[in-house]
Amino acid sequence: MKQSTLTIIENAPLAKNVFRMRLAGEAGENRPGQFVNIALPRLFLRRPISVCDYENGVLTLIYKTVGRGTGAMSLMPAGEKLDVLCGLGNGYDLGAAGQSPALIGGGVGVPPLYYLAKELIKKGKDVSVVLGFNSAEEVFYEEEFRALGCGVAVTTADGSHGVRGFVTNALPKNASYYYACGPMPMLKALASWELPGEMSFEERMGCGFGACMGCSMMTKNGAKRVCREGPVFKREELLW
Amino acid sequence: MVNTKVDLLGITLDNPVIPASGTFGYGYEFAELYDINCLGTFSFKGTTRTARFGNPTPRIAECTSGMINAVGLQNPGVETVIKEELPKLKKVFHKPVMANVSGFSVEDYAYTCELLDKEEQVGWLEVNVSCPNVHGGGMSFGTDPKAAAEVTSAVKSVTKKPVIMKLSPNVTDIVAIARACEEAGADGISLINTLLGMRIDLRTGRPVIANTVGGFSGPAIFPVALQMVYRVSKAVSVPVVGMGGVSSAEDVIEMMMAGASAVEVGAANLTDPFASKRIVEALPAAMEKYGIASLAEIVGRAH
Ligand SMILES: Cc1cc2nc3c(=O)[nH]c(=O)nc-3n(C[C@H](O)[C@H](O)[C@H](O)COP(=O)(O)OP(=O)(O)OC[C@H]3O[C@@H](n4cnc5c(N)ncnc54)[C@H](O)[C@@H]3O)c2cc1C
Ligand SMILES: Cc1cc2nc3c(=O)[nH]c(=O)nc-3n(C[C@H](O)[C@H](O)[C@H](O)COP(=O)(O)O)c2cc1C
Ligand code: FES
Repeated sequence: MKQSTLTIIENAPLAKNVFRMRLAGEAGENRPGQFVNIALPRLFLRRPISVCDYENGVLTLIYKTVGRGTGAMSLMPAGEKLDVLCGLGNGYDLGAAGQSPALIGGGVGVPPLYYLAKELIKKGKDVSVVLGFNSAEEVFYEEEFRALGCGVAVTTADGSHGVRGFVTNALPKNASYYYACGPMPMLKALASWELPGEMSFEERMGCGFGACMGCSMMTKNGAKRVCREGPVFKREELLW
Repeated sequence: MVNTKVDLLGITLDNPVIPASGTFGYGYEFAELYDINCLGTFSFKGTTRTARFGNPTPRIAECTSGMINAVGLQNPGVETVIKEELPKLKKVFHKPVMANVSGFSVEDYAYTCELLDKEEQVGWLEVNVSCPNVHGGGMSFGTDPKAAAEVTSAVKSVTKKPVIMKLSPNVTDIVAIARACEEAGADGISLINTLLGMRIDLRTGRPVIANTVGGFSGPAIFPVALQMVYRVSKAVSVPVVGMGGVSSAEDVIEMMMAGASAVEVGAANLTDPFASKRIVEALPAAMEKYGIASLAEIVGRAH
């Protein structure tokens, strides 16, 4: 973990209620699947957001405006500085991918998969991604994943774009492994997929670095902190 | 040169700053970030007789200038703490540590304290009486002077280490509880634990915390804590450790003027992992600003 003061260099809408923020500064090490925890003016707790990309010292975050914190973030102009705890959590196990990993993302569970896809492609993997959204106006990063060289399927619950339905309606055949991030119902639906894999979880956090026990989750291997031993857990560890 | 040293029940602290139980784990998450030997000491996570997972999540809710937690005393149990956590801590922390203990019966408290009494690393026992008394109808030990006194005597009879009773603010008369603990032999009093609080998610109309209510702490509670530290320290003759909303060197000085011999820092460690270190570093300049040569001299100045 590293506490950094980062400068906003871009903050713009990407889809309905979804924004992309780019931050520059000394952010330390940030691996795919890790998250950052952002202090915001007049709010007591920090806000955890996944690392969507990290290249040349620029940290990319994609966030949905759901409440006061993310709402305030969406109004911040370029040039503003943020106090950010970087490099939190365990991140994805890239070594487990096999040759043809599938990346399954739902809504704002999609962002961390972008950085993961990029790193897997660098390792010569054949990456397919399935991106699930509610409707066409919420879709983002379809083209960005294609540009990386991934096979991309998009699903929307209302059928306004791509395959109608949920990510489970578009799972690739013959995948070697999967990485998933998204809302609980999506993760639960994936639990029955007969494939080894790992999933990224969310929990309300007091600290984000393992000090408060606010984010604990029971697993087959005992209690784990989503912020420290997680947010990524292997499929076989999970209790549903 | 100002003097930040204070005495806490026979042990000299380099400074009065003590990260509070539940906000500092067993120390080593923070030891990865800075040398925690700069602290006066710290109080480790509330430890119970047997391991506890704690409450269901969500356990955390945000408030204006504070937070609610309902962790529910998640800890690995006293035996594991002694076997695993203390040896790990020993490598990174070379001062006596404050052992925070919780229980659900008088026997629980005595059992846990008796085991910790044998540990050289433990300097003080801080006995948290804000848990429900399972044999006494679920009312917290800390809300009844008689029950609090009973825990105090039980713990005192199994340990030679200084016993600090940690009080809950969720009572009508905290002074009466403090006096009962003192009469039962408490060597010190620490306060305050969290205030009961709750939040509701407007989108669902349901409580944010799975357990419905939790403990409210952070800067918002500072004046409440200060007032209680002031009244309790005037009423008892044993040392008082003050806490509740402390997040700066100025807050430490104010707590001490209210009557605290040492000061714990809780939620501030969670939002700023370097908070306790920063407070320690800011103390000398703050003391100079207010013309304080020695912190030990200002304890209870406001009385
Ligand atoms: C490891 C992790 C990674 C995340 N990555 C992303 C991401 O890449 N993009 C994105 O849009 N969102 C992400 N989230 C969810 C994001 O943290 C919440 O949407 C955000 O905290 C909401 O803050 P708010 O003030 O706008 O909402 P409010 O509802 O006003 O927040 C109130 C409190 O609840 C907490 N909270 C609310 N929703 C969540 C949630 N879903 N998870 C955890 N805490 C929550 C807030 O942090 C805050 O403490 C992630 C969450 C976690 C735990
Ligand atoms: C996440 C969290 C966990 C806590 N766990 C404990 C505990 O195990 N034992 C205890 O005596 N107090 C516990 N407390 C209470 C604190 O030690 C302290 O008394 C209280 O939070 C007030 O201080 P603050 O306002 O600085 O946080 C906890 C507080 C927080 C925020
Ligand atoms: S959020 Fe504090 S331990 Fe995970």
